[in-house]
Amino acid sequence: MSVKKKFKGLSDKAVGWLFIGPTVLLLLAINIYPLVYAIKMSFTNFYANKIGREPQFVGLKNYIKVLNKEAIWEKMQVTASFMFWTLLLQAIIGLGLALLLNRKFKGNELLTTLIVLPMMLSPAVVGVFWTYLYNPQVGLFNYVVNFFYDLGSFDMIGSSTLAPWAIVIVDTWMWTPFTMLICLAGLRSVPNYLYEAAEVDRASKWQQFIYITLPSVLPFLLLALLFRGIENFKMFDMVVELTSGGPGSATELASINLKREAFEKWKTGYSSAFAVILFVTIFGFGNVYVKVMNKIKER
Amino acid sequence: MILLFVSLFSFSVNSNAKSITLGWAAWDPANALQELTKEFTSETGIEVNFEFVPWPNFADRMLNELNNKGKTFDLLIGDSQWIGAGAVYGHYVKLNDFFDKEGISMSDFSPATVYAYSTWPKGSKNYYALPAMGDALAWAYRKDWFDRPELKSEFKKKHGYDLGVPANWNQLHDMCKFFQGREIDGQKRYGAAINTERGSEGITMGVTAAMYAWGMEYENPNKPYDMEGYFNSPQAVEAVEFYRKLYEDCAPPGHSDAYMVANLDAYKSGQVAFQMNWYAFWPGVSKEDSDGRVSGFFANPKQNVAAATLGGQGISVVKYSDKQDLALEYIKWFARPDVQQKWWDLGGYSCHNDVLNSPSFPTSTVYAQGFLDSMGIVKDFWQEPTFVELMLPMQEAIHDYVVNGKGTAKGALDKIIEEWVEVFEADGKL
Repeated sequence: MSVKKKFKGLSDKAVGWLFIGPTVLLLLAINIYPLVYAIKMSFTNFYANKIGREPQFVGLKNYIKVLNKEAIWEKMQVTASFMFWTLLLQAIIGLGLALLLNRKFKGNELLTTLIVLPMMLSPAVVGVFWTYLYNPQVGLFNYVVNFFYDLGSFDMIGSSTLAPWAIVIVDTWMWTPFTMLICLAGLRSVPNYLYEAAEVDRASKWQQFIYITLPSVLPFLLLALLFRGIENFKMFDMVVELTSGGPGSATELASINLKREAFEKWKTGYSSAFAVILFVTIFGFGNVYVKVMNKIKER
Repeated sequence: MILLFVSLFSFSVNSNAKSITLGWAAWDPANALQELTKEFTSETGIEVNFEFVPWPNFADRMLNELNNKGKTFDLLIGDSQWIGAGAVYGHYVKLNDFFDKEGISMSDFSPATVYAYSTWPKGSKNYYALPAMGDALAWAYRKDWFDRPELKSEFKKKHGYDLGVPANWNQLHDMCKFFQGREIDGQKRYGAAINTERGSEGITMGVTAAMYAWGMEYENPNKPYDMEGYFNSPQAVEAVEFYRKLYEDCAPPGHSDAYMVANLDAYKSGQVAFQMNWYAFWPGVSKEDSDGRVSGFFANPKQNVAAATLGGQGISVVKYSDKQDLALEYIKWFARPDVQQKWWDLGGYSCHNDVLNSPSFPTSTVYAQGFLDSMGIVKDFWQEPTFVELMLPMQEAIHDYVVNGKGTAKGALDKIIEEWVEVFEADGKL
């Protein structure tokens, strides 16, 4: 029975709306309405925990306050550094692993399964167990490092120099498999005849990689980095469990600070402005990135 | 069969109708309370369900519940600092009429605990909680190590006074440093497990133990909320610097985000000679002494003045509860002197004068005298409705200075004042 017959009397357009209606409503309720509400709140001095106190319109005061606060820029810097290093490492290691696993060898499937295991774990759980791995007295990480280089006792999450690297290492350990899988999909979509033609033309392995493999896999890699970039911009749970944003504020990412302002200090108006600024930032970067990615694809 | 089903069903309906839920933190005293409450249930037929939340999430979970006017809890044993918010935002039931009706007198409880756990505004006669669990920050130490003749003589030779309960923070530092990196029974030991936790309140509770002992005041006693020159006084600055020195010289490796449980673990595993912690944990520590470990306990050492960081909680009835009458019945029962005595016997810290003033109390446990001493000198963090907003900047700035080694102590305290002024201004206090 066709759709038209089932919904007799309804136009195609109406049937279409009937199908997408619930989704649109859901999106409006859980995405658009909170966004509009947050934008509205960002122009007020609203405190969600101060019951009975009417919010007052304060214009752009919250935005000016956020943008002029030195601590916010420190958090943004921490976030930017975290994103830069995690994305760079995940791109290099992920692509390397994908190239390795794209070859046929015994135990390939088992190795792939083992490599992707970390990304199947909960970030909070990962954060907790890495605190044990990083323990300067009994941690496996410190033991392994000391096995190769005798650094003595060092505290990865208690040192302001090492803590930012501690979160980069954990995120890279956890999410490199994701980049690897996407790159692997890209590698497997490269037609074999390209390599055969290159061999006929006596292209070296390096030339094959630069002129065939890399251009073919680049859109996939960029897509993986887009996903990881968005995720890491809002990274929260793993870092909270691992360092609580410390020592001091050495690993306090923008999202952690936002949560503290919004749900611990209850500065709803101020934190809404901060959230809007973060949203615009990631939305803007995302759009530019997608445009660049599309241009690369078209080439 | 049908009769059996009907009777079972009716029992279940009845038991649900006569049940209340009590929320508290997940720790040793909560288990003792659960045990004690069995008597309440057998006396009244009212079932008490417990929801114990781990400390790191305790404030978040409970305050969100209250802010959302949740009905999950009928009774809440909330931190002392919450009393302002509980009263001002109407989360807690005011108990004055109930106390008058039932003949419960606040003069039957230790004045320091009534002031800290029950009243808002502070020191007024408005009661929003019954003092439930007295507590203060104190110290436990490895008495068995301290009693070793070779260590005693080595310490005396080095410092010129006896290894024992430290008389002040300087001595505490000497002793902690004495044990730092020392090999005892073939194991490397460290000085002290102190509070350094960043996420909730840990490092603030730890550093204020030093700041109070140095004589820090939060504000000008004659001009409320005037903090300049008080909270960042030279004494306060010195105390914060000292706390950093204690952390750098005496904490075990990796003790950079530690609070109650981490301090207990470091002590129980034999890593440290001292641990800073709440009295609430001493029954457990004392009970678990084994393999030659003998624990001693002492109140927070004085420096310029005798003072200790207040812990502990009062029990309040949640305004949004549909079972306030049953909850009040629990409070009436809990306030009874005989129940308070059992509470102490089970490992809870009663605040009732009949228990505390009993001649046998100081010798009833090895930490009882210290508890009595501490409760006479306690000082608390701000109990303002905005205490969370006040706590967070202090956590961050102090952690940044003590653990991260960033900036100066004066700079950290100035930064905290700056944030606090903003909070008080937003709250209309300044």
